[in-house]
Amino acid sequence: MIIKLTGGVVYDPANNVNGKALDIYIKNDRIVSKQEVTQVDQEIDLRGKIVMAGAIDMHTHVGGGKNNIARILLPEDHRSDPVAATELTRSGTGRALPSSYVTGYRYAEMGYTSVFEPAVLPVNARQAHMEMGDIPILDKGGYVLMGSDDYFLQMMTAKKDQQAINDYVAWTLNATKGIGVKVVNPGGINAFKFNQRQLDLDENNQFYNVTPRDILSVLATAVKELGISHPLHVHGCNLGVPGNKDTTLSTIEGIGGLPMHLTHIQFHSYGVEGDFKFSSGAAEIAEAINKNKNITVDVGQVMFGQTVTASGDSMKQHANHKHASPNKWVCMDIECDAGCGLVPFKYRDQNFVNALQWAIGLETFLLVEDPWRIFLTTDHPNGAPFTSYPHLIRLLMDRSFRNDMLKTIHPEAQKMTTLDTIDREYSLQEIAIMTRAGAAKLVGLENRGHLGVGAWADITVYTPDDNREKMFEKPDYVFKDGELVVRDGEIVHIKWGTTHIVTPEFDRGIEKDLAKYFSRHMTMKMGNFKISNDEITEDGRNTLTVQPTQRGVL
Amino acid sequence: MTTKTEVPSPFCGIGTDDLVLNVDGKSINVLANGCAINTPAFEQAIGDMVPRVNGEEVALEVAVAQAADILKASDQTLIGGCATDVNGMRALVALADHNGAVVDNVAFNTTRRNILALQDSGWMTTTLAEVKNRCDLLVVIGTDIEKVSPRFFEHFIWNESPMFLEASTQCQVVYLGKEPSGQSAVSPVGVRPQVLPCADEDLPEVVAVLRALVKGNNISHYEVDGLALTDLQALAEQLKEAAYGVVTWSAGSLDFPHAELTVQVICELVKDLNEKTRCSGLPLGGSDGDQTANQVTAWLTGYPARLSFARGFPEYDPYLYDGQLLLENKEVDALLWVHDFNSKALPPEGVVPTIVIGRSGMRFEKEPAVFIPVGTPGIDHCGHAFRMDGVVAIRLQKLRESGLPSTAQVLTLIDQAQ
Repeated sequence: MIIKLTGGVVYDPANNVNGKALDIYIKNDRIVSKQEVTQVDQEIDLRGKIVMAGAIDMHTHVGGGKNNIARILLPEDHRSDPVAATELTRSGTGRALPSSYVTGYRYAEMGYTSVFEPAVLPVNARQAHMEMGDIPILDKGGYVLMGSDDYFLQMMTAKKDQQAINDYVAWTLNATKGIGVKVVNPGGINAFKFNQRQLDLDENNQFYNVTPRDILSVLATAVKELGISHPLHVHGCNLGVPGNKDTTLSTIEGIGGLPMHLTHIQFHSYGVEGDFKFSSGAAEIAEAINKNKNITVDVGQVMFGQTVTASGDSMKQHANHKHASPNKWVCMDIECDAGCGLVPFKYRDQNFVNALQWAIGLETFLLVEDPWRIFLTTDHPNGAPFTSYPHLIRLLMDRSFRNDMLKTIHPEAQKMTTLDTIDREYSLQEIAIMTRAGAAKLVGLENRGHLGVGAWADITVYTPDDNREKMFEKPDYVFKDGELVVRDGEIVHIKWGTTHIVTPEFDRGIEKDLAKYFSRHMTMKMGNFKISNDEITEDGRNTLTVQPTQRGVL
Repeated sequence: MTTKTEVPSPFCGIGTDDLVLNVDGKSINVLANGCAINTPAFEQAIGDMVPRVNGEEVALEVAVAQAADILKASDQTLIGGCATDVNGMRALVALADHNGAVVDNVAFNTTRRNILALQDSGWMTTTLAEVKNRCDLLVVIGTDIEKVSPRFFEHFIWNESPMFLEASTQCQVVYLGKEPSGQSAVSPVGVRPQVLPCADEDLPEVVAVLRALVKGNNISHYEVDGLALTDLQALAEQLKEAAYGVVTWSAGSLDFPHAELTVQVICELVKDLNEKTRCSGLPLGGSDGDQTANQVTAWLTGYPARLSFARGFPEYDPYLYDGQLLLENKEVDALLWVHDFNSKALPPEGVVPTIVIGRSGMRFEKEPAVFIPVGTPGIDHCGHAFRMDGVVAIRLQKLRESGLPSTAQVLTLIDQAQ
């Protein structure tokens, strides 16, 4: 099957195409050159339309136990957004944490073709993959959460060498089918189990005598030395704590040039200025990001309304439970592995702190200069559900709209932000970098996120509209692997994406000690812990795609 | 004959995975690490192999077609049991979605006691490996653990080498309410659990008093049969002093009206304790796929496993969609019963046409309209099941070639034919 997409205005930053009218040829699931095509089976006239690769959400909570707890916790939220079945699509529910099918449909309807779950607890990875296995259309993958598990911390205390850590990290990635490594409140989830309520960057986990800084350094080195494309994905210390910008700056400084991704940076960019002792640290943080080319960030933008915060950071979630709205919340310690906390939250534009959080996120977007190193997220569902992305894009692309919105928030928050002095408006090319080319590069996806010859044909077509929210919420066409899945913002065809993983090499000898550890201390044998390939592929819908590692290249 | 080791079990809810079995053709013998729940469940011989329609043996296609006809003719179908593996639940929800059926897990009336508490105020819980390595005080409320999980203490309390205790014998065990029926709560050095006995119907009050004491409220006088205020005061102090207390209960054992309120008080008590020390709840359960049912429906629909697709989208109501009541009130006109773990788990008897997708070997008082015997996940085919703590999913193995189809296969065929 050959499809010709004729004359669309293409934004394809990976190939340096910036708003040029081009023809694109799709042969089966890939983009091919004109020379490879002898006949065209279907031609779609895209003159006047805007063409980008399918969008990639590199940080969104779409699979795993904490999501399911949040779902069960909030039936009233689902009741407000029932989704009926159609001839083609399955029923479900939407809102803050949609059901898996609805997650797939709604992402695809916005032009997204890949999503990455950023907090896969190794012991819960099987569930995460099963949930993601029920997300139609999209490709998916997960970052495996490490750094608070007792095996790792025992290695740290025992001062095991970097090679041993590398082997354990690689083993974990293989056993749980991850594509990256995440760390959440390094050592802090563990410390909370020992009743430690606070853990600063240079403070010891009191049981293991290990600091978050040590953990970050060792894990970031492991990720680099294993040649994993995606840098260590860091949810830092002191999430949400006023004054945490200093922790964040010190984290950037302390990593010593190693690649590091700081996630939902907005929640880590707070100062203590002003009458309310809460202020924006976005300018300082952005400056540090601009200066340190080894750092990438996603924002975790806050949007106003009801959502639920779902995090592995049980320590901080417990500390924040008094903000729960509605007043119900869950914290969980999990299997000497990690933990989680679910706190429903209602961000209000007339609440000073929430309003300023909103402004801090936007300041960060606008002050970080390099769109290849900043990514568009709301940390779904923590800052807001992913369905708010088109609105967020409008805020970034439309200064007068942004300033109009700014005028509606808490007046004291308006005074505490520099937002109205920032002229920058994101261009379409910059949006394409943040949500496509840059994201594919960051996650390490071969032949995704671009529209060059050889790329997988994940393509989104929009009708230009000055109201960018309208434009981005309803694409004309979305192709996934060359198949038309969305037409005029509606699902027209169901297919199933692949699960992206990495399989770095490691010394198999480490399994001897691990097997002993599992038998003595865990509640599952090591052999039963490891996820086999067929667990993901046996349903006939899902596949595994091994992304290359670059051992020795970096 | 082959010997299989490290075999996981879907039956006991605690994800036992150290079973050693002999598989000889179609017969299975538990060689080591069995228990009163797992051993008979694994060793049960295969019964029927052939589906039946109105008692007559038929080919699978015929039974599937008949089942589909019943579903097509039904104005409101109830899918009961819902005791299967992850793939079975996926197929079940797909069928329900297409059919507009009500889905009701057989254990929901007991699970509801936990879910209502969770949905009203949340909780703080832990999982089995944390218990195994950290728990220095186990408070068991209203539950005879050995009856629910025969190997609980052996697996998770009396360990050889807990990581964060000097020895497992450091763990104190207190029973509040029911007394233990066996000896498994006695420590390896012979320390018997402390028992603060009271009747089930007194538990709501006793637990409320305990919470008040934990909060430091002044209670000058309280007495209930067998239990003195000083006992509860001492327990409150123990909880406050423990480094990692665990309060456990089995919702199924709290069999009195509005037990959800008692679960809620337990959960709030745990939260109160966490203002100063660490303490976690540990709801037991998870046998025969009840956690699996709730987990799968949660990600597929947003709701736990008592919901209706009658209006074309999932709706959850913990009371309205009680399958037993729907049958009694004649609000459903067909029953699809799914239970592939336990051949004694029979559908409720009633007048509506009944399709049973059941573990081979079911014996019916009243023959259903359609019976399709299926294999058991973890014995006859691979699969996945969730453990009681909801976080750990276990990979179930195929142990023998029985020729029995899986529930997922059968439900998918019926779905395609309906």
